[in-house]
Amino acid sequence: MENSVLIKTHELIKIYPMGQTEIWALNHVSLTFQKGEFAGFVGPSGSGKTTLLNIIGSLDSPTKGSAEVLGEKIENLSHNQAAELRNRHIGFIFQTFNLLPVYTAYENVEFPLLLLRMSPEERKKAVMEALEWVGLADRAKSKPAQLSGGESQRVAIARAVVKKPPIILADEPTANLDAENSHHILRTMEKLNKDLDTTFLFATHDEKVIGYLRRKITLVDGKVAKDEWLTPKTHGE
Amino acid sequence: MADSENTRRIAMMLIPKLALRNLIGAGMRTWLNVIVLSLSFFVIIWTQGMYEGMGKQAADAMTEVELGGGQYWHEKYDPYDPLKLQDAHGKVSGRIQDLVEDKLATPILIVQGTIYPGGRMQTVLLKGIDPSQTIVSLPSRFLQSEEELPVLIGGRMSKNTGLKKGDSVTLRWRDANGTFDALDATIVQVMRTSVQTVDVGQLWIPLEQLQEMTDMSDEATLVVVDKNYDSPQIITGWVFKDLDFLLADLMAMVQSKKVGATFLYVLLLFFAMLAIFNTQVLSIFRRRKEMGTLMAMGLARTKLVQLFTLEGAIHAVLAAILAAIYGFPLLWYFAVKGWAMPEVVDTMGFALGEKLYSTYSVSLVVGTTFLVLMVTTIVSFLPTRKIAKLKPTDALRGKLS
Repeated sequence: MENSVLIKTHELIKIYPMGQTEIWALNHVSLTFQKGEFAGFVGPSGSGKTTLLNIIGSLDSPTKGSAEVLGEKIENLSHNQAAELRNRHIGFIFQTFNLLPVYTAYENVEFPLLLLRMSPEERKKAVMEALEWVGLADRAKSKPAQLSGGESQRVAIARAVVKKPPIILADEPTANLDAENSHHILRTMEKLNKDLDTTFLFATHDEKVIGYLRRKITLVDGKVAKDEWLTPKTHGE
Repeated sequence: MADSENTRRIAMMLIPKLALRNLIGAGMRTWLNVIVLSLSFFVIIWTQGMYEGMGKQAADAMTEVELGGGQYWHEKYDPYDPLKLQDAHGKVSGRIQDLVEDKLATPILIVQGTIYPGGRMQTVLLKGIDPSQTIVSLPSRFLQSEEELPVLIGGRMSKNTGLKKGDSVTLRWRDANGTFDALDATIVQVMRTSVQTVDVGQLWIPLEQLQEMTDMSDEATLVVVDKNYDSPQIITGWVFKDLDFLLADLMAMVQSKKVGATFLYVLLLFFAMLAIFNTQVLSIFRRRKEMGTLMAMGLARTKLVQLFTLEGAIHAVLAAILAAIYGFPLLWYFAVKGWAMPEVVDTMGFALGEKLYSTYSVSLVVGTTFLVLMVTTIVSFLPTRKIAKLKPTDALRGKLS
């Protein structure tokens, strides 16, 4: 079982200096995530959800404590090593989609593969597969400005999964979407989780997302208030 | 092996590919910068080409009409010291005589004299030249005349003195012994020449006649050698002056004009660089979130700096291409058809003629391209230093650290 542990945090502390005072965004957080989990951090704004996601995603480093992702200690990584870890093993999905505006949907999804130095043929195959997965193969040539919110987020998901990373981190992925699009996207992610055994970690306070989670970790003032396993619900198409 | 080569090629092309994609995606903003920068390219090459053309044209004309392939000067000859001129003459003998006989050189004797056109007194240089010489393209053949003392003058001299073809003018000179003598000379031809140094204040006279008049038989002040003469020798009493030396003043004058023109394109380049710098600063400010996204996807900060710097630098590449598209026909026109010169140019001291033909050397084009590319890259890099300190989390929130 220990072998399938992908992420482990131990006594994780993140402090932001704010003038003369300090804000404890994370306060002694210790958690473990296995391969294939579909888990979420929930809690009010400022509870530390995004900070925890950022540290796990090697976008930020802890003030104290340790965060180990795929055997790499985040606090010990250089900028380039952290970039390499994200590049190879982690996919991100953002609340505001964060698609590159001058690129087409195809080019946006292709981007992580360019960083992985894949050949054009391999890239094309993987990009079309990812776009088909999210049901947007026919919008490959559209630019983000020509896509709806739901479509944009699906492109963002395709971008996150195209390199088939073991971990996908999603920060409020449904916050800018209506209910129908939210469910569509969550079902897509659930399917990916099952098909590819990808570990999904969410930061959310959206009830719709929470309804899909199999593990819910409630954060309050940077501390783990509750860590509960939920009964998986059925969300068929 | 082939796979790793392929991977390396993809890695090398990644940043240029992304930069180009971003630039083209930025649309009008890119093209405005490119247009301004291409104007700088064009103006730099055009003005420098004009001055290079000016230098080359003047040098060619002077070489053709006056300097030949270089000159042997009498050891006492100093064109800037008129007091020494009366002693600056010597026998054309030995090896110099051999050159003259082989039609590889022509001697010129220079003596000070005075003319009295229209009752006014004017100091002139009397220059004796062999009427049958072919070393320089001065029309000395007109001196093969029946007149008692035929004289050839230039258009400027004609204008200054009011002398025309067929006019007679009293000429006074001092011979080798210091004795003054005078004679009426006849203007046999007024030559049109762009070379002022064979024109203003000068009278061309048949060499033998001047030697006789001055009692300087077989003597000369300088000997002009043929353009193809390439083996200067050490000859006692004579000093060989090559074209680099003889054209040094002209080149210095062209250089000083070039420096003046530099101000114009430095100003233009400055505006273009300001536009690039501004675009870069704005771009980095506006695209913070994009930078955060790129970092989240695994693009290292150093690569991000490279990407933004290259985006700026590609402006220069696109500008060079654009400048080539519209600039080439224009530059070609100036090089082939010439640029009509106003009359005032005649007073500038250059042998230019009525039209100036620009010259564009490979070094000018390559040098300008390199200069603009280098300056653009530096200007593009400066604002990107902010990125080097950027935290991915701040960038994703749209903040600059």
